Amino acid sequence: MSRAKALLEQIHRITTQPWTLMEVCGGQTHALLRHGIDQLLPPEITLIHGPGCPVCVTATARIDQALTLAAQPDVILCSYGDMLRVPGSDGRDLLSLRAAGADVRVIAAPLDVLALAQRHPERQVVFLAVGFETTAPATALLAQHALAAGVSNLRLLVAHVRVAPVLDQLLGDPHCAVQGVLAAGHVCTVMGEAEYVDLAARHRRPIVITGFSAEELLAGILACLRQLEQGEHRLENAYASAVNANGNGAARVLLERVFEPVDTPWRGLGAIRAGGYRLRAPFDQLAIASPDQGSSETSEDCCPSGLVLQGLLRPNQCPSFGSRCTPDTPLGAPMVSSEGACAAYHRYQH
Amino acid sequence: MCLAVAGELVSISEHADPLWRMGDVCFGGVLRQVSLACVPEARVGDQLLVHVGVALTVLEPEP
Repeated sequence: MSRAKALLEQIHRITTQPWTLMEVCGGQTHALLRHGIDQLLPPEITLIHGPGCPVCVTATARIDQALTLAAQPDVILCSYGDMLRVPGSDGRDLLSLRAAGADVRVIAAPLDVLALAQRHPERQVVFLAVGFETTAPATALLAQHALAAGVSNLRLLVAHVRVAPVLDQLLGDPHCAVQGVLAAGHVCTVMGEAEYVDLAARHRRPIVITGFSAEELLAGILACLRQLEQGEHRLENAYASAVNANGNGAARVLLERVFEPVDTPWRGLGAIRAGGYRLRAPFDQLAIASPDQGSSETSEDCCPSGLVLQGLLRPNQCPSFGSRCTPDTPLGAPMVSSEGACAAYHRYQH
Repeated sequence: MCLAVAGELVSISEHADPLWRMGDVCFGGVLRQVSLACVPEARVGDQLLVHVGVALTVLEPEP
């Protein structure tokens, strides 16, 4: 019998009552639906899809800022591919600006932006830096290299966000239905276990660090259910092949040296205390100021992404799902991103 | 973008400053330059998990 089948059998055997779990990471959401794991679990188990899609939670004000910058003729604006299709407050996206002649480029690695700036000393090169603690070390490394190399035409529009603070806020909400959490494996690869040990204790819910393959997801779900069935609530690492207790020391030093936590608005969720990063001195000379950082303003748009990101609305319960809102014509970020829950539902079955 | 890609480290460009240590990583036949700043312990032949051009972990070999 395959390992996946054996894990599924164990899950069915130990489940005696309804439980609601949340997988944090959008990559896990896509994998769960791609493998059909949501259909194979016992009917008592409900999966809520968490806020772990950095493209989805980047504040509209920051997208608008990127659009304004990209429209300037001396600017080269770079970001990851998914960011190019996220609509700003007026419905435009970076890809449509590029079609109209703006110099917008897709990059796969932040260090490529340094080479680009060195090749084009006559242009301003702006990097829209997004992502959780998984991509923030790469941005930190870019900041270190840019200062060391004395590159003067490179600026960072930082929209990095932190997972533990938003989980803290979600789990502290009295309406939160989540009873157990599958923590995002690769964020923990960087950050280690400590933040999540605290969260599990404070919110009295099991948190299991979980990987991304079918077997790893099932092992995480099984570990979480075992704790729930036994009335336990601790941090457990079901992804030990990639995560050790202290995380990645060098990456954490980079993060601490280059960034400091700051209250940050999340699209659809409002302000999250210490929910993002900003550059600290001397790296802040690379920063493009973010007018909305520290404010409590909630962005309003026609997409109820906040409810989806909190697990209060299933993607296919949204009135626009699959009709007005599709991956080709997204109204909101969760339908854009390869990590968005709506895109996952649209692509795989629902 | 939280999904990392695993690949094999095939060569290392050493540098006096560990922040500048780079390596060639083979992703299913595609070679890419990757920063080794966060994996000072990485050796040629290791399987690395790489996020947006930065290796963040040396994978434990399968038992």
